[in-house]
Amino acid sequence: MLFLPELIVLLSALVMFLVSLGKPTAPTIHRLAVVLGAAVLLATIAGLGLDGSLFYESYRVDRFSQVFKLLIGSATLIVLLFSGTAPGVKNDVQAEYYLFLLIGVLGLMMLVSSVELLAIFVALELSSFAVYIMVPMRSRSGNVVFQMESGIKYLLFGVMTTGFMLFGMSYLFGLTGSTYLTDIIDALALMTSEPAAMVAIMMVLAGFFYKLALFPFHFWVPDIYEGAANETTAFIAAVPKIAATAMLIRIVSLAAGDSENLVSILLFCSIGSMFYGNLCALVQTDLKRMLGYSAISHAGFVLFGLLTFGADGYATSLYYVTGYAAMNLACFLVICTVATNGENLAIADLAGLHQRSPLLALTLAIGLFALAGIPPFVGFTGKFMLLVNAFKQGLIIPVILAALNTAIALFYYLSAVRMAYCTDPEKAGQTLQPGPLRAGVAVVLLLIIIAMGVAPGGFLQIAATAIAAVL
Amino acid sequence: MDQLLLNPGFPLLSALIFLPLAGALLLLPLRGDGACRSVSLAVTALVGLLSLLLLAGFDRSTAAFQFGETHPWIAALSINYTVGVDGISILLVLMTALIMPFCVLASWSYIKVRVKTFMICLLVMETAMIGVFVALDFVLFYVLWEAMLIPMYLIIGIWGGPRKIYASIKFFLYTLAGSILLLVAIIWLYRQNGYSFYIPDMMWQSYGSTAQILVFLAFFLAFAIKVPMFPFHTWLPAAHVEAPTAGSVILASILLKMGTYGFLRFALPIVPDATFLMMPYVLWLSIAGIIYGGFTALAQQDMKKLIAYSSVGHMGFVTLGIFLLNKQGIEGAILQMVNHGVTTGALFLCVGMIYERTHSRELSSAAGIGTYMPVFVTFLAFFSLASFGFPGTNGFIGEFMILAGTFQYDIVLALAAIPGAVLAAAYMLRMLQKIIWGGTDNPDQSWISDLNRREIVTLAPFLLFVLWIGLGPAPFIALMDESVSALLTNLQAHQAETLSAVSWLRP
Repeated sequence: MLFLPELIVLLSALVMFLVSLGKPTAPTIHRLAVVLGAAVLLATIAGLGLDGSLFYESYRVDRFSQVFKLLIGSATLIVLLFSGTAPGVKNDVQAEYYLFLLIGVLGLMMLVSSVELLAIFVALELSSFAVYIMVPMRSRSGNVVFQMESGIKYLLFGVMTTGFMLFGMSYLFGLTGSTYLTDIIDALALMTSEPAAMVAIMMVLAGFFYKLALFPFHFWVPDIYEGAANETTAFIAAVPKIAATAMLIRIVSLAAGDSENLVSILLFCSIGSMFYGNLCALVQTDLKRMLGYSAISHAGFVLFGLLTFGADGYATSLYYVTGYAAMNLACFLVICTVATNGENLAIADLAGLHQRSPLLALTLAIGLFALAGIPPFVGFTGKFMLLVNAFKQGLIIPVILAALNTAIALFYYLSAVRMAYCTDPEKAGQTLQPGPLRAGVAVVLLLIIIAMGVAPGGFLQIAATAIAAVL
Repeated sequence: MDQLLLNPGFPLLSALIFLPLAGALLLLPLRGDGACRSVSLAVTALVGLLSLLLLAGFDRSTAAFQFGETHPWIAALSINYTVGVDGISILLVLMTALIMPFCVLASWSYIKVRVKTFMICLLVMETAMIGVFVALDFVLFYVLWEAMLIPMYLIIGIWGGPRKIYASIKFFLYTLAGSILLLVAIIWLYRQNGYSFYIPDMMWQSYGSTAQILVFLAFFLAFAIKVPMFPFHTWLPAAHVEAPTAGSVILASILLKMGTYGFLRFALPIVPDATFLMMPYVLWLSIAGIIYGGFTALAQQDMKKLIAYSSVGHMGFVTLGIFLLNKQGIEGAILQMVNHGVTTGALFLCVGMIYERTHSRELSSAAGIGTYMPVFVTFLAFFSLASFGFPGTNGFIGEFMILAGTFQYDIVLALAAIPGAVLAAAYMLRMLQKIIWGGTDNPDQSWISDLNRREIVTLAPFLLFVLWIGLGPAPFIALMDESVSALLTNLQAHQAETLSAVSWLRP
């Protein structure tokens, strides 16, 4: 029963497949998707205590993987809950949309458990291809006509980084003679100064950098965020990042901090990501593009935690990515609710949101302030702990640069808050009723953002035990 | 932890911090503007009364932190919830708690839309402000210091004047950019002190001199922007002019004091060597602020701008007093912080009252209202006199002590500061003359009504403190005396130690 959560996801996908053969209505499909999502979440909760390995030791089920599966399951359920009847998705492929979404979740859950190169590759591709297909499934009701272009871009960039990754894996296999991560760690420890080893690790990392939207593998982000349906973007923005962080932790711990060069390269990627994302976000007018660039800068922060090569740093990265998922989902909940026809939202479309729906305005404001890193929300606590951990490693200049980024980022987050709160347009548009389900999800997300920010102790302990399982 | 006297009984400081927050939560389900106003008035008044218990129980004979409480908060980074007050912070805590009910009163009819949101912002502000003054854990301090930007941003951005967007974003960005490096300095200090964020433990350590200078610069940037010191003051006139009355009062009376409080609490004790090194520059920057604020205020036609620039000048006196590093200077500076809070807060209330009637902040449109508002202009006259330090009012005591300290330190510096005091009289009397009498071309003011009872109740306590501190400042100075003496003793001991270390190094 070690495979229980994955099996439930697979079964759910099959149920969706069967449903897609008939002609069900969109609300029925959505209700079914929520039920399946809840079943998946329950399965991940039930699977928390599992421990063991499968498939000739290439698939490890431990505290680490199960915590990540729980996070993936919860984030997926939240996306399903607030996506409503998915107005941004073509009406005739709704069931297929959820089918691919669930397959994507399956791939991500398998990814966090994989400890062997081929298993990692299969899981990663399973999740990626499902998401490649979800992007062009966007309907034309929101007057968006470049969904196909976005899908192709996503696919081409993705395939290219996969190529990098496979090449890197072949090096790893060539150097160590094994495809098991545990064997590779032992073998690599003897050759940390070998340039080939470093090149191999960097290339393998590229695949996950792509998933996490990290500089210099970030090119797809703004276009795909803008071209995909709001619900799809919400999924892409939150769920794969959690799994990518899990894999980064596994791969980075291969190097274990012995390699100075690797640290400098990762540091460059991390700081570059922050500056690139924040500076580009300053001039955006489309809300999803802005959040896309902000995602690039936040990926830099996640990597910043991994750079410390210690259990504390990994735990903080886990904490940060969880908080990031919550803040991001809060913002996307607002986008999905405000864009009733699944159209793209300009920042200016938020004008007068506080009149249209006070709860949504509050959710957006707290989500954005948290993303900006203002206390007492989770974004601040996460950044603060990342900086403290990096400081302990003596990375003083990077800490100052990372801190400066907070000030740059504030401007564009404020511009959205300003629209939602400080404008009273003549014609504010009709009042929005988020509905009890979305309102409930919004309140839960706000509570998570505040509680994790004010009292991070409990979560950090869970994160620490999860990390202890892999080190 | 011997600097912290734990309070075994009722957790008074926590009550002061969390009561307004609880009040804000209480407001959430309320409907009706009237109910929101009454509940916030009740909560702020209760906090004000509780703060008097603090005064009653305060031990004047010790420099330690009193009413201390400490609880573990984030164990993984050894962050604690530690609070306490000493002679430097108690006056500021009291002032904050006592001014807030009047901010609610001043917004009674001024704020007409989204009353509930406004009151929630005010109450959250109060939690953060009291917390900043009593926090003894650097992370707690920083969290509250930054968190208060959100409600203040909303207060300016939602209920502000025509250029509110510009003003609120400038305020937020300026303050945040300033405090970013403070965060880095905090983490550095944490690492130096065996991974502890406990502020008293960070004081009077011997850090390296380069590090001290860098930490001082980080402190200076954060606090000088908050004060605001010349040339970091440009956010202040914008924010003051656009903010609603209560926002201006909170900004002037309490927020600005956090900068100077930061200098006293952190810069002096944590990096004393750098303080000695930087002292002359900061002193002359203060003089520049005094003169610049005075001249700019003299040229203003907008009453709020005039008072905003006068704040730059007055806060220049405060930083001057602090960095003299002698007893008169620092005690005068703390007293002047309170004085500025009382008088400038009251002046902003007065301008708000004119604005509610004429809907203009222009000096020319308020010209000559003395004929129709005799009670109002009496109040205004007292506050203006206090603002430029007329003998018998509180401003005189504060400025006199600071100037006396300056003369003790350096005559040239004192002579440079004197024109500031004269300028203050010039711009204040100019404003007073215009408002009371005006000229031959006064607009028709006959329809204006004088103050109502709520407004008199709002202003009267301010007048009481203007005269009380002006005529009998001894009890106020007695509150802070022991803490200031201890601070100076430690500073001198540290200086002597450094000098002897240096002379030992010399051949």
